[in-house]
Amino acid sequence: MIDRVVDLALDVPKIVMEAAVPTSSPVFEGHWPGYPVMPAVLLIETMAQTSGLLILARTRFARLPFLAAVKNAKIRRSVFPGETMTVEGLLLHEGSGFTVARGQIHVGGKQVCEAELTHRVMPFPDPKVRAEIESVAAQVGLPLGVMSDAG
Amino acid sequence: MSSTFDTVADIIAETCDIPREDIKPESHAINDLEIDSLDFLDIAFAIDKAFGIKLPLEQWTQEVNDGKATTDQYFVLSNLCARIDELIAAKRA
Repeated sequence: MIDRVVDLALDVPKIVMEAAVPTSSPVFEGHWPGYPVMPAVLLIETMAQTSGLLILARTRFARLPFLAAVKNAKIRRSVFPGETMTVEGLLLHEGSGFTVARGQIHVGGKQVCEAELTHRVMPFPDPKVRAEIESVAAQVGLPLGVMSDAG
Repeated sequence: MSSTFDTVADIIAETCDIPREDIKPESHAINDLEIDSLDFLDIAFAIDKAFGIKLPLEQWTQEVNDGKATTDQYFVLSNLCARIDELIAAKRA
């Protein structure tokens, strides 16, 4: 869902990413026929992935985040194919085995949706999974310095 | 000034929509109040913020799973409040 890291501030902790809504996708064929609109659940998933990447960076890829709860989600306007989303994730709390973040999406400088996201965080099931996810994170521009030191 | 128990009970009542009068010091969060693990994350978040601490949920869960502790030790509310007070004291030390 997300294309590249625009800004990462681990001391805040906050991340800003960019995500381009594709101009065509099987998702749009049914949602809606003749009037393609990004489904709201995918907007939430975009925010969850952004916050998840921040969690991975904060833990130096020691923990894998799983979305557990979505609260106070508001979709202020529809998002359409071809639009570019600026997605922000701000960690509000890092608990023991969980995090709470605020996600926001802006299009054209205007906020289009937000939600509070709770993630459970758990150890990676095995090193290969972590390596795969580190590879994906590197592709979207996450700095190598936040990756785990393990090979 | 509210006691630790009053604060925790208020949090549980609001977070889980449980009548405040049903929440007692001897109540077990899971067995009596039927709070599931996801709702307990909400409670932990609120407790962490209210007291400026970090409940070591992972450690407690591991101890219970390893047979080194019972759920009563951490989830009976009077015991939970005692753990909270210990964490507050440790933070101030």
